[in-house]
Amino acid sequence: MIAALIGLPLAGATALLLGGRRTNAWGHFLAVALSASSFFVGLGLLIQMMGRPAEERAVSQQLFQWITVGTFQVPFGLHLDQLSIAFVMLITGVGTLIHIYSIGYMAHDENRRRFFAYLNLFVAAMLLLVLADSYLLIYVGWEGVGLASYLLISFYQHKPSAATAGKKAFIVNRVGDAGLAIAIMLMFTTFGTVTFTGVDAGAGQASAQHLTWMGLALLLAACGKSAQFPLQSWLLDAMEGPTPVSALIHAATMVTAGVYLIVRAHAIFDLSETARTAVVAIGAITLLLGAFIGTAKDDIKKGLAGSTMSQIGYMVLAAGLGPVGYVFAIFHLLTHGMFKAGLFLGAGSVMHGMHDDVNMRHYGALRTMMKITYVTFGLGFLAIIGIPPFAGFWSKDEIIHAAFGQNTFVGAAALLGAGVTAFYMTRMMAMTFFGEARWQDDVHPHESPAVMTIPMMVLAFGSVFGGMAMLFLGDIEGWLEPVTGFAQPANAISNTILIPITLVTVLLGAGYAWLRYGRRPVPVTAPAQVSILTRAARADAYGDALNEAVFMRPGQYLTRSLTWFDTKGIDGAIGGLAAAIGGISARARRLQNGYTRSYALTMLGGATLIAFVLLLVRL
Amino acid sequence: MSGESIVFYTTAFFAIVGALGMVVSRKAVHSALWVAFAMINIAVLYFSLGAPFLGTTQVIVYTGAVMMLFLFVLMIVGVDSSDSLLETIKGQRIVGLLFALAFGSMLISAITSNAPLPAVGFGKINFDNGGQINGLASLVFSTYLLAFEVTSALLITAALGAMVLAHTERWTPRKTQDELQRERTLGSHITPQPAPGVLASNNSVDTPALLPDGSTSEASLPTPFKGQGAVTSNLAIDEVSK
Amino acid sequence: MNPNNYLVLAAILFTIGAFGVLVRRNAIIVFMSVEMMLNAANLAFVAGARSTGTLDGLVAAFFVMVVAAAEVVVGLAIIVSIFRSRRSASIDEPSLLKY
Repeated sequence: MIAALIGLPLAGATALLLGGRRTNAWGHFLAVALSASSFFVGLGLLIQMMGRPAEERAVSQQLFQWITVGTFQVPFGLHLDQLSIAFVMLITGVGTLIHIYSIGYMAHDENRRRFFAYLNLFVAAMLLLVLADSYLLIYVGWEGVGLASYLLISFYQHKPSAATAGKKAFIVNRVGDAGLAIAIMLMFTTFGTVTFTGVDAGAGQASAQHLTWMGLALLLAACGKSAQFPLQSWLLDAMEGPTPVSALIHAATMVTAGVYLIVRAHAIFDLSETARTAVVAIGAITLLLGAFIGTAKDDIKKGLAGSTMSQIGYMVLAAGLGPVGYVFAIFHLLTHGMFKAGLFLGAGSVMHGMHDDVNMRHYGALRTMMKITYVTFGLGFLAIIGIPPFAGFWSKDEIIHAAFGQNTFVGAAALLGAGVTAFYMTRMMAMTFFGEARWQDDVHPHESPAVMTIPMMVLAFGSVFGGMAMLFLGDIEGWLEPVTGFAQPANAISNTILIPITLVTVLLGAGYAWLRYGRRPVPVTAPAQVSILTRAARADAYGDALNEAVFMRPGQYLTRSLTWFDTKGIDGAIGGLAAAIGGISARARRLQNGYTRSYALTMLGGATLIAFVLLLVRL
Repeated sequence: MSGESIVFYTTAFFAIVGALGMVVSRKAVHSALWVAFAMINIAVLYFSLGAPFLGTTQVIVYTGAVMMLFLFVLMIVGVDSSDSLLETIKGQRIVGLLFALAFGSMLISAITSNAPLPAVGFGKINFDNGGQINGLASLVFSTYLLAFEVTSALLITAALGAMVLAHTERWTPRKTQDELQRERTLGSHITPQPAPGVLASNNSVDTPALLPDGSTSEASLPTPFKGQGAVTSNLAIDEVSK
Repeated sequence: MNPNNYLVLAAILFTIGAFGVLVRRNAIIVFMSVEMMLNAANLAFVAGARSTGTLDGLVAAFFVMVVAAAEVVVGLAIIVSIFRSRRSASIDEPSLLKY
């Protein structure tokens, strides 16, 4: 049954890609149906799992022996435990909703079938990633989602910006993938196996240095896939893809794969303090950086992308806290998956009504025109800034709480991030739905069709109740504890004090944003006279410039020098040698002048020489 | 000074003169005569060395057969064809002279630095074999029999090779008397062809006849000389115009 | 008289013959020069035979003559056939086998 989870969407992708135009008419329904059936299979498995006692919940399925090299064996095995099933529900659930939404969103796109094929492919790859029972198999899913991400970012391939963005995402991801490959190789040399059980069992005996390097390599992989600093630059450009893709891949699921990887490899991180510290540092930096970028973006999708970076920063930070944080990292991941997907779908709905305009300065006063979008987006907004009792509150508050338990600075960073989050999300709300209308001339905002609004409503429902449901009904801490371990944070600051502080911070951020953007008119064109900080945030905190200066230019210079050396040095030497031999030959062949007498002269010269030598020898 | 010395120095001088004459003569016929002269002197040296059979053979084979063959070929190629003294290959003469001098001086220095050869002479061996010719014959037909037989094969091959090389295939059917007659009477030239050497400075067979207008007639030359008569005919004209 | 003088004479004749091969362009004279070199060798053979008191040197000289005769026959035939086709006996003329 576990294999069916992956098999159904994979079959859909295969059918749609191989079926060609014949499947144009009904392909998207097939994709939705297969994705939904995968969800229902997952739901069945979840109900079965809940029926079993905690120790017996994890199940495995060995499909076949995948790689056998000497004593090194990698089975193609699937592993479904409490952690995997949470992801399965998120991927298939949100995935199916976004499939449905896409029917409406992509209705007028002539490449709709291809889009749905890629979506199904993504779902299959992502499920393989979370269901794999070895790191090598994770790598397969890891690359699979990378491929799907690449294909979907550059889906509007006729747009150079989209094609470039796809390539950028692919290449930046390669850096992270190298980290995963290194980690797997290290595991192989250290443990002799790459399965979860083998690694978990062997971690205790491995040397601290090995574990640290493994942890850092895994962190690099997570940074690439989850757009964490310093590999964050691709995510903002990835917004060139269709909005459902941004919602599914670049907000809810794929970009959280890094968090999954860290939590999955908790056996390694538990034992390496250094690696955990690095994870926390990366998470803290990214959560502030993403929030910072989010504050200055006029592009609604890019603003949300910055927010995604920031929220994943929270998860990575939580994952770096160890057993205190794993559960909350996953908890926040799940709630974030719901409200961020909802926000993105809302953004898509707004764009749908605004002729695909993404500039928030051209929005305004849409709350009357798009009531459903407004309400669902607003619920997502409340969830992300962490207003109780919405979903984001429960997860984010726990992370801030655990962060303070680790270190006051980290806690302060998380708290500050919450404030900035409130600021930029309020700004987004204010610019989009409030204030006066700043619509372009030929734009007539209208509500999206039901096929789009229903998924938004479902996700908004999740944004409202998902956190509470998981925390109180599902007992997320107890549910994940057998897999990841769980420890109560030993805190100086208790939740009773922290929650009011957090709420005040959030309200301060939101209030300031309201004052700046809700009460005052928003200029239609972005003001040019802005502070250095704003300029930096608009330029994605100079992530691209940094990449360009540190990697691209030296790389180009190196390549150019190598090319120069190759053409002038090596080719020159080889060519020069050939030319020299040719030149010498051209001169030497002059000796072959065809005159018998010249040859005779040569002979006499030789005879003279021999006579001379004989004379010398004899004398 | 012994008789042998007198003979040696005289003939050696003549042989060297003959050799040098061969090298410096412009005309091939002169060269051939200088060679014949040098070879006769060498034959005299053979006699004085006590090898009369070889000396006789030298005269018969070289001055008789080989040099006459040269002269025959010169007849075909053109007796008068003399070399231009201009050297066409750059540095050939200088370098050739240098090499020749170096080679010769090295040989001579090697020879003269040696102790004098013993002068055993053929007396004993001639006596043992009952004469030099008997001795040569017994050597040729015993020790050197294989070489001798191979030499005979070489001669046969050379003769055949020369025939093959000198032979030209007839590509057209031989003309009948009838055809020749028709050509003669129906062609433009009823009278006999002019004979070579007519009115020319000499009556050599390769000198074309001079026609009444002073030009030369290629038609008067025998076929082998046709097309190469420029030098000779100019000479003839020069002579006439003087 | 020093019998080495015969060898010196042979060396001089050989050198003159070699020089003739180098500087003369008429193929027939070149041939004559070659004959001169062969004769010089013969002279050395005969002188050597007398010095050792054996007849082998004479036999060698004899064979050289035979081979020289054969060589002359073939060589002159070649000259004639070249002359037929090129109307020239110059040894520089057939310099086609070159770069």
